Amino acid sequence: MKTTLLPAGSFSQHHWKARDILPWLLAAAVFYFFDGYLALGTVIIIMIIACMSLNLVLGYAGVETLGHAAFFGIGAYTAGLYAIHVSTEPVSGLLAAAIVAGVFGTVSGYFLLRMRSLTLLMLTLAVGMAVYEFANKWSSVTGGDDGLSGISPGPLFGVFDFGLDGRTGYLYALGVLALVFLLVRTIVDSPFGLSLRGIRENISRMKLVGAPVTSRLVVVYSLSGAIAGMAGALYAQTIQVVGLESLSFDLSGNLLIMVVLGGLGRLYGPFIGAIIFLLVQDRAAAFSPQHWMFAIGLILILSVRFSDNAFVAGVAARLRRAAKW
Amino acid sequence: MDVKLFQTIFALLFNGVAYGMILFIMSAGLSVTMGTMRVVNLAHCGFAMVGGYIAYALMTDGSVPFWLAVLLSFALTTMLGALLEFLLYRSIYRQSELKQVILTLGLALVMIASVNLVFGASVHNLDIPDVLKGNVKVLGVGLSIYRFFLIGASMIVGALIWYFIECTGVGKKLKAAVDNPGMAKCVGINVDVYFAGTFAAGCGLAALGGALGAELMPLQPFYALRYLVIVVIVVSIGGLGSIKGTLAAALGLGIIDTFGTYFFDDIGAFLVYFIMIAVLFIKPQGLFGRA
Repeated sequence: MKTTLLPAGSFSQHHWKARDILPWLLAAAVFYFFDGYLALGTVIIIMIIACMSLNLVLGYAGVETLGHAAFFGIGAYTAGLYAIHVSTEPVSGLLAAAIVAGVFGTVSGYFLLRMRSLTLLMLTLAVGMAVYEFANKWSSVTGGDDGLSGISPGPLFGVFDFGLDGRTGYLYALGVLALVFLLVRTIVDSPFGLSLRGIRENISRMKLVGAPVTSRLVVVYSLSGAIAGMAGALYAQTIQVVGLESLSFDLSGNLLIMVVLGGLGRLYGPFIGAIIFLLVQDRAAAFSPQHWMFAIGLILILSVRFSDNAFVAGVAARLRRAAKW
Repeated sequence: MDVKLFQTIFALLFNGVAYGMILFIMSAGLSVTMGTMRVVNLAHCGFAMVGGYIAYALMTDGSVPFWLAVLLSFALTTMLGALLEFLLYRSIYRQSELKQVILTLGLALVMIASVNLVFGASVHNLDIPDVLKGNVKVLGVGLSIYRFFLIGASMIVGALIWYFIECTGVGKKLKAAVDNPGMAKCVGINVDVYFAGTFAAGCGLAALGGALGAELMPLQPFYALRYLVIVVIVVSIGGLGSIKGTLAAALGLGIIDTFGTYFFDDIGAFLVYFIMIAVLFIKPQGLFGRA
């Protein structure tokens, strides 16, 4: 295991540069020029949010989890049920989903985050599957296998209707993404974020310097859960159907793949990973889903198998230096 | 006691033991690889699936008899395991868990896609030989002959594993290699070969479980991920690396799951998750695991 030394300027890792505007320009370009892709664009934005949440715990705090879909699904079901039974107002539904998923993160994190490595992986997998089974069995409320339908959110801020063209949904998701991005950026650049990176690099040393490791992890796990819950809520409100797949292991695995693809512990990693993964998946799935799955599996295997290969590492280092996100 | 209730309990116990024994065969290999080599192998159930499909292909396309097909699927999957150990797993023994997760998840996806391309997405069952079809009446309860066979076969396999590890020279060297690889190397044990052999045998056992248990867990492409969770639960409750613990956990879970789904339909399905979370919270290393 390599320990990377933190440079003196660790505190303000990210400075605003001209290229920080690129993703938002791209989003605007999709909105104005490629409105046939608005539905896909909305899904990509939602997944970027979910990936940022996973990147926060996995990439920055080093918490390995196989059950991140639980937060996404809990948020999606909360927002769906809120829209059906309480109020169709979307923003309060979003907040409700964030609170419920965040509380779930606090409670489960309190128990889970004392464990490390293998035990933690298996427990997060089991908790994720337990939530899935719960939603599956409690079909009187969640709709079980059929999913939860009949979600029709009211106009955003009481003004903008979620019409059939998906414009409101797209801008709504984009707005949430911008807020989440600012939040995550602030967190990872704060002293709290630095201590998370410390825990990732060397947990024993962090304990020795007196950092409250478990409570820091519980805090970041809850925050991450709330963010993933918001992503789920956006999904429920824009797609207007919530199915069991929003809680499935497949989703946890896909989120993991996207985060790793974009680069762990990098602020713009989720943007790159989710955009590439979902665009290729969209094209490939129309063509042949089997081949797509084969290809993504092969990419994962090769990426790990040759990650310590000198040639590949050299190319990657050069790319990283060129991009430096 | 009411005769009817007694018969129900007896039948449930029988089915629970049959299910538990299959779980044991499928999980034993994972327990050893996770416990001793510290590899998170998310593709373990993929090997069980591949074994089941090999047996299916041999029986339908090659008209090989059931017994031979099961043995061949064991042998072929063991070879596949040895090959993949050499090509892939060997490089991740000392890597971070995340890399292991990603590589083995990728392998599981490749297995699912390959099976899907070759055999299609439909569910397949193995044709069991006529001798094993039908029921016998024991204490007034009709019990499936095939499940009797399952219990018997799994017990024989379990006994063989025990005999191999505890009573042979190879088994003793294996234990040494696992306990202290550095020291074992110093006394001239080829640790790499022992690890590779153990890994391959674990894959073969999973294949055996997949082929024999196809009656309980039907073959389909998403088998590799669907049954992974229950196998992981068995291994972590039993304690990583402990064959005895895996057996106890598999039998216990098999019986509890069977009773749970019969008596309380809704809660039964996630009884096993509660048990796992409770056990690991009290004893993070599992019931029989070493701290």
